Parts: sequence; structure tokens; C-alpha cells
Amino acid sequence: MLSKTSRAALIDPLFEDNPIGKQVLGICSALAVTTLVSTSVVMSLAVTAVLMASNVLISVIRNLIPGSIRIIVQLTVISSLVIVCDQLLKAYAYDISKQLSVFVGLIITNCIIMGRAEAFAMQRGPLESLFDAIGNGAGYSLVLVIVAVIRELFGSGSIAGARVLPLVSEGGWYVPNGLLVLSPAAFFILGGLIWALRTWKPKQVEQQQTVHIEADAPGVTP
Amino acid sequence: MPALKRDSVPYTLGFAAIVCLVCAIPIASAAVLLRPMQARNQRVDRLSKVLGVAGLLKPSEKLGPAEIEARFDEFVVPRAVELRTGAFSDAVDPRTFDQRKAAREPSTSFEPPSNEARVFRVPNHAVVFEVKREGKVAALILPIQGYGLWSTMYGYLALEADARTVAGITFYEHGETPGLGGEIENPRWQAQWKGRLALDEAGDVKLKVIKGVAGPPADDPYRVDGLSGATITARGVSHTIDFWLGDAAFGPFLARYRQGGS
Repeated sequence: MLSKTSRAALIDPLFEDNPIGKQVLGICSALAVTTLVSTSVVMSLAVTAVLMASNVLISVIRNLIPGSIRIIVQLTVISSLVIVCDQLLKAYAYDISKQLSVFVGLIITNCIIMGRAEAFAMQRGPLESLFDAIGNGAGYSLVLVIVAVIRELFGSGSIAGARVLPLVSEGGWYVPNGLLVLSPAAFFILGGLIWALRTWKPKQVEQQQTVHIEADAPGVTP
Repeated sequence: MPALKRDSVPYTLGFAAIVCLVCAIPIASAAVLLRPMQARNQRVDRLSKVLGVAGLLKPSEKLGPAEIEARFDEFVVPRAVELRTGAFSDAVDPRTFDQRKAAREPSTSFEPPSNEARVFRVPNHAVVFEVKREGKVAALILPIQGYGLWSTMYGYLALEADARTVAGITFYEHGETPGLGGEIENPRWQAQWKGRLALDEAGDVKLKVIKGVAGPPADDPYRVDGLSGATITARGVSHTIDFWLGDAAFGPFLARYRQGGS
């Protein structure tokens, strides 16, 4: 049985505390690889795998890491994992690794991974950290795949390579929307998704930073 | 009990050293163990580009590495050319010749006249590919490279047996902006090249990538559609064609070839 915190670590990142939707982390890669569903699925898997390994490893050694170099130690662990992941993709999934090009290497700078290491794995045990990693990986993947489906469908007329809307250039009727293939489109879609998510769950809206002056506070004259 | 405090300087240094060592092991082993597979992937990728530009492999076709190698060996013959004379040469083995390495070595390369493709060294020998169909040469594939907006673009240009008409073009390595200059990889843009004339009857390079839209190859043989948002990359492609088909590179070879083989 999962404990309550483990379950929360696993489920919350999907909607309640989504790394992209709520925490607004990992946006850069979400923009870059979401033109096609296939690349974003591989990217999601790579990020989730790295996230799981890094969270567990860092959680295991969390009590040994000196405070003054903890960030650099986290980075060393994460970047080693990413390099190994990149090498594996180049050996076993060459075509996809060519499409993802530099973005696999840039998983190192994906804020989700360091964010989870620093915010979660440094305080909790390995098992909980693993659940947290799976949950956040899934939350990231969910958003990535949604964005990719929208962009590929309207930008290229297909989903995961399968033709859905017949293109004019191939004798069909659909004129692909070129904007959706470019990075700004991911911004619009992400913005829309975050808006939708926050309308559905208003608690995620950040508090307005306004100063309330209490009329009856001592020393304040209205 | 640890003898050292967790935040003491010796502990911190020691910990950092151990982390580095431990992390280095998986990286080094991955790099060494996976190298042969990665090298094969790269080779097969290059072969499939050659097949693709020759029209022997459709973009929709998915073949395994062994099938690509087999098809390559069936239809394509790599041959070494001595660039200055334009004659076929036996001085290097075309199967193992590393043209980029040769271009770096002063002893195996020469300096071309200054050119806008920003090619600074040209190898003495280059490997071209002859595509054979029913015993006859159906196409010639030439390696090309030139500078775009921020990177050197490496590719192949395929000419038909008349050594003038373009049969195809492809780029296998470049660092241009994805979605803009990176569109030189787009098969639909590459398809625009087919049937256009790279050289006029006198053997001068005429083909240019223009800004805007070119007519069909029959009416507008010397111009290719530009890439929107990628003017400089497109210009780089023009310069690349200009240089490699010109006198400093494959010009002599193509001239000889048109006069009835080397």
C-alpha cells in the first residue's frame, strides 16, 4: 500500500501541482520538441527516466552531501545521467536522437529535474522520491503530449505521423497552419492550457501582491 | 561515526572528488561500449542519404541498417576523384577515405581561391558516388559543403548522367535554425531541385536559390525557390553549389565527364 504522502507525490503533479502548469518549470524543452508527437514522447520518457534516477540517487546520498556544494553535486549526478541517456539514444534510437538533437543534452538544464532534486529528494527517502519523480515525469509528459498533439494536428495535419487532415499539397483540403510549427505556438498553447487549468482549479492562481491597509491598525490614518 | 564534520573543508573536497570519480565511470563506459553502434548508425545514416538523393530510397521507406548497406552495395559505386585534374584516381581507397580529415591535413589538401561558401581547404581527392542501373551510370553524387548562417552545411548533390541536370540534393549535417534554415532538410524543398540545370551548356554554374518562388523546372531551369525566413542559409546553399561545381572543386571533373567519361 502506498502511504498518503507517496500517493500525493505520485498523483498531485498531474493536475494539482503540475510541473509545467502550476510550477511553470521545464518550459524551454516544452517549446522545442513539441512539433511532433513522436519526439515529445521520447523526450518525455527521457526526462522521466533521468528524473527517476536522479531523485533516487540524490535522496540516497542526501545525508552525505555537504551543504555548501549541494547544488553542484546535484548537477553532477544529473548531467552524468543525461550524458548516458544521450549516448543510449544515439546507439539505439538514432533517428529520434537526431530529431531531438541538442535538447537531450539540455535535459541537464531542465528546471524540473533540479527543482525536484532540491525541493523534494533532499528532504525525503528514496521511495517517496521515486514516486515524486514518476508523478512529475507523468505531469510533464502529459502537458508535452497535449501540446504536441495540437501542434502536429494543426501544423502538419497528422498525429504521431499518421495523416489525419489531408494536406492541400498532397491533394487534400487542409492548409497547415505554419505558425503552429514555430516555437511561439507552443507559448500560446501552453498559456491556454495554464489558463484552462487555473479556471478549473482556481486555488492554483497566485495571490495578488496587493497591500491591504487595515483601517484599525495602530498608527495608520486612512 | 564519520571522523569529519559534514560541512568541513576536507570532507567537502573529499566528497566532491568521490562524486566526480563515481559519475565518471558510467559516462566513460557508456561512451566506450556504445561507440561501435553509434558509428554504424552514423555510417548507415550517411548511406541512406546517398541512396535518398539518388532516388533509390523513398522517405517513407523504413529499412534496417543491413538492408540499407545491401542496397547501397547493389547500386552505388564510390570512386575517388583527383580534384585538380578531374580524373578518377586509385591513389586513395574510396571506401575508407575520410574526406574531412584529408581536407584538414595540409599535405592532402590545397587552398582554394577565396570563396563565399567559406571553404578554406579542399582535399586533393574527393569521393563521388556513381549510381549504376543496368550497367550504366544513371547518376553522379557529389559531396558538397558550405557555410550557411551559423554552421557549415554538409550534403550531397546528385546530377544525372549528363552531369548538368540536378537529380536531387540533401543535407546530412548542419547547425542552421530548426524551422527556418533547418528547412534545407525538408524533403519538399529538396524536391524542388529535381530537374533543374546546375550548369549551362558552356559548363558555367548557373543554379541559384532565389528569394521567392521559381517557375517549373522546364521554364525556369536555373532557379530554385528560396526558404522563407532563411535568406542567408539559402544564399549559403547557392554559394555552396557555385563553389563545388566550379573550377576550384568538381569543375574539371564534370567537364571531363561530359566529354565522355574520365
